[in-house]
Amino acid sequence: MRFALWGRKQRDEELQEEIQAHLALAEREEMESGRTGKEAQASARREFGNVGIAEETTRDMWGWRWLVDFFQDVRYALRTLRKRLGFAAVALLTLALGSGATTVMFTVINSVLLKPLPYPEPDRLVSLQEQTEKLTQYGNIWAFAYPNFLDCKRESRSLDMAAWRYSVGTLSEQGKAEYVSSRQISAELFSLLGVSVQGRGFLPEEDRPGAAPVVVVSHGLWQRLRGGDPGAVGTPLVIDGRSFTIVGITPAGFRWDGEEPDVFTPLGQDTAPSMQNRNRHPGIQVVARLRPGVKLAEARADLALIGSHLAQQYPESNAGRSFVAEQLRPDVGDVRSTLWLLLGAVSLVLLIACVNVASLLLARAVSRERELAMRVALGAGRGRLVRQCLTESAVLGLSGGALGILLAAIGIRPFVAFWPGALPRAEEVQLDWRVLLFALAASLVSGLLFGLAPALRAPVRELEQTLRAGGRTVAGSSRRLHSSFVASEIALAVVLLVSAGMLGRTLLRLSSLEPGMNFRNVLTTRMALSSDLLAKPGQIRGAWQDVLERARRVPGVQSVAAVDTVPMREGNNQLGYWTTPAVPPPDKQPLALTTCVTPDYLQVMGISLLKGRFFDDHDRLGNEPVIVIDDVLAQQAFGANEPVGKALYVPGMGSKSWSEEDNPVPIRIVGVVRHVRHWGLAGDDQAKVRAQFYYPFAQVPDAFLRRWSELMSIAVRTSIPPLNVVEALRRELRGGSGGASGDQALYEVHTMEQLVSASLARQRFLLLLFGVFAGLALLLACIGIYGVLAYLTGQRLPEMGVRIALGASAGEVIWLVLRQSLAMIFAGVAMGIGGAFAAGRLLVHRVDGMQPAEPLTFAGMILVLVAAALFASFVPARRASRVDPLVALRYE
Amino acid sequence: MSAQKGYQDRTEILQGTLDMLILQTLQWAPRHGYALSKAIRTNSGEILKVDTGSLYPALHRLERKGWIAAEWKKSEVGPRLRVYRLTKSGKRHLLVERSRWAKLLEAISGVLNPTKKESEA
Repeated sequence: MRFALWGRKQRDEELQEEIQAHLALAEREEMESGRTGKEAQASARREFGNVGIAEETTRDMWGWRWLVDFFQDVRYALRTLRKRLGFAAVALLTLALGSGATTVMFTVINSVLLKPLPYPEPDRLVSLQEQTEKLTQYGNIWAFAYPNFLDCKRESRSLDMAAWRYSVGTLSEQGKAEYVSSRQISAELFSLLGVSVQGRGFLPEEDRPGAAPVVVVSHGLWQRLRGGDPGAVGTPLVIDGRSFTIVGITPAGFRWDGEEPDVFTPLGQDTAPSMQNRNRHPGIQVVARLRPGVKLAEARADLALIGSHLAQQYPESNAGRSFVAEQLRPDVGDVRSTLWLLLGAVSLVLLIACVNVASLLLARAVSRERELAMRVALGAGRGRLVRQCLTESAVLGLSGGALGILLAAIGIRPFVAFWPGALPRAEEVQLDWRVLLFALAASLVSGLLFGLAPALRAPVRELEQTLRAGGRTVAGSSRRLHSSFVASEIALAVVLLVSAGMLGRTLLRLSSLEPGMNFRNVLTTRMALSSDLLAKPGQIRGAWQDVLERARRVPGVQSVAAVDTVPMREGNNQLGYWTTPAVPPPDKQPLALTTCVTPDYLQVMGISLLKGRFFDDHDRLGNEPVIVIDDVLAQQAFGANEPVGKALYVPGMGSKSWSEEDNPVPIRIVGVVRHVRHWGLAGDDQAKVRAQFYYPFAQVPDAFLRRWSELMSIAVRTSIPPLNVVEALRRELRGGSGGASGDQALYEVHTMEQLVSASLARQRFLLLLFGVFAGLALLLACIGIYGVLAYLTGQRLPEMGVRIALGASAGEVIWLVLRQSLAMIFAGVAMGIGGAFAAGRLLVHRVDGMQPAEPLTFAGMILVLVAAALFASFVPARRASRVDPLVALRYE
Repeated sequence: MSAQKGYQDRTEILQGTLDMLILQTLQWAPRHGYALSKAIRTNSGEILKVDTGSLYPALHRLERKGWIAAEWKKSEVGPRLRVYRLTKSGKRHLLVERSRWAKLLEAISGVLNPTKKESEA
């Protein structure tokens, strides 16, 4: 571009030189034929004709006319914008806000939903799962059995595989106990992902039972624990009372499956017998990379073949079992729909901003009608004028977009920090070329969008009329266009306002819902029982008893219970149940949420007992197995009949060994309690499994005690603010006596109030942003209607003067203007209601706990809008009513 | 812009012929703009007067099409002169133009002087 301009300047000078030479030669010839210098010069010039026109038309021949025109238009556009600073500032600010908000939303969507995983060649990574022909109530997709993984890895010709599994541990370092999140991984994971580990990853020989205990620690843990000491590799680290040697450190920011685990240990060293079982096993996750040149379909065929081999070899476990591969994608949960909803809302705001600027531009275009007519009269082509108008709006749009990008760059971090809970892949959120491209395209498109209407008016018809009218004409078509702009702004604002209103009402309704418990003054925390205790099953029951007693002694604690799944927290257990011994096959059994508790649970959580009794100390192993159900299960299973005293059959529970192969054993229902909204205030009504039952921790067989103990949490009811007991509780429960080595740590400490509030976080967040967007829309729409009315009444001032002179009262004039604005407002509301219905339906689908919009929400929100819009139109209306007829008439 | 329109009106008459006259005149020797216009005037017996408002646009257009090439030359009289010469493709184009012109002339004279036979029929 610069080169072309520079070349053009030189050619311009050369052209002048060429023509001057022509003139000089002609002059010389004239002088030779006997004229004086002056005469000769004049004659040569006369002979040549108009030098300027000759130069101009010659330049046209160079073929870059469009470029020159373009720069001329841009310069002209900038000049006109500078001349009308107020207009430019309002337009730019409007656009910058609209495009800035849109850019922020798109940045998040781009980073969270669109960007591939941050590993080399992410599209060649796949996740593998087992699939059974038989469908159960849990579906037919399963985590891998470790032996199946080993066989698949050995036999596959198309895939390189690695396995991993969640695990937790307690770190003992310098007398402190710290809970760490851990992953057991197979030796290949790091190399398969293409992650380079400082030090080294695991060797294949370390990925076996009996190998020396080794560990890879995360960059974060290394910094936290060892201050980033490079000598940390090779030093010991005590996890769960066992000493591991650190062999490697992951790179900074390394994340796997959306999390940043603290430590990694070799999966193959896990000696639990269930690991070798193909039937009932803990389940591992398998990730694989397609070998070079292999397509996903080929890998699938390869896996199917291996599956049928294994089915023949191990018919008992593997018959009807195959392996399936899916492209590995980041797991982002319900963030997807939240983000698209917000992008939708924010685009509406941008649209309103565009319409606003369009009506401003149109008003200007009408007042420039004379200028344009003059230019047509002087020979400007239609296309040329359209192009100039579009260039002006594109310049405006792009400057607005650039400002918007600036706003987005500033606003993106606060926005991500503001996200409720953890935004998945938040650390990857940043502006990149895709975002810039999007912002650029969006601002260009919006620029052209709002420039189109004024531009299409550019070719002026009835030229003489326009010129003769002297700039006081308001073409009817312009008024209609203005009205439709205002109407569409109102319509868009209606959509946003009604959506925000629906969200607000939903939040109100949800917050007033009865959670089924008293969530004030309750603290819940997960707790890791010391590994020394876990090693001796005989001591586990006593250890828990000790923990509960110690906790009860903490000042401010009223009652304590142990529980496996806390309401509204992540995690739940589901089991099938039946009311007769003839239990149907698994996929026909109804499901219930099961919770394992100690007797004080009801008291701690403040759940009311409706019938019968809750557990007591007599409900021990060896006594009759008992269960307490909630009113939802009572209704589902027994209807109007009395449930207390009846039996419930739960496959895999109640018998001595809790094996699913045993004949179902009756478990006596001893009580009915109120339903607790386990899935959160918002989610519970829509949840598939709502029925609940509780069983006593004391009746869990010894064989399961260790596994259960890894999952238990403590819940305490306090007489003081619950967070105030955390430190004392931590100290008291650390252990250090009775065989425990003082490494018992509390983690995931929450008050129930926090959990309840978090269960509405998404709704609250959506409401807040929709509220902000709706407010913005309302403001923009009011500015729009004010601007248009001020302009239209300004054009009609002489008419108003005449009316007043003829005796119209101020009220009549005001009504005249308001009537005009009311017509626009109601046209907009009529259009907006349809859109609001559609938006409402979308929200109902996408947001838990939403209910279809009631007429009251519609009416209320529309009333707010109409009132605001009328207020905005009142200002110009009053101005019109106060016009001095003399002044107005002098205008004529 | 109105000027451009005017130029186009003129070239509707001269377009093609002016190009051909320029190419033909340059066939004998390279010339600069002034010499070219003089040569055309002289060769046409002072009848055809080339409008300089058309000459330079035509020269630059022909140059862009590659039919002529330009070069700055020092002149003995003072200012530098932009001298145009015919290129190979320009020569080819001139032949095409000339045969087209010849056909056109024949056709026009055919219309102006119809033979008896045809008028009887």
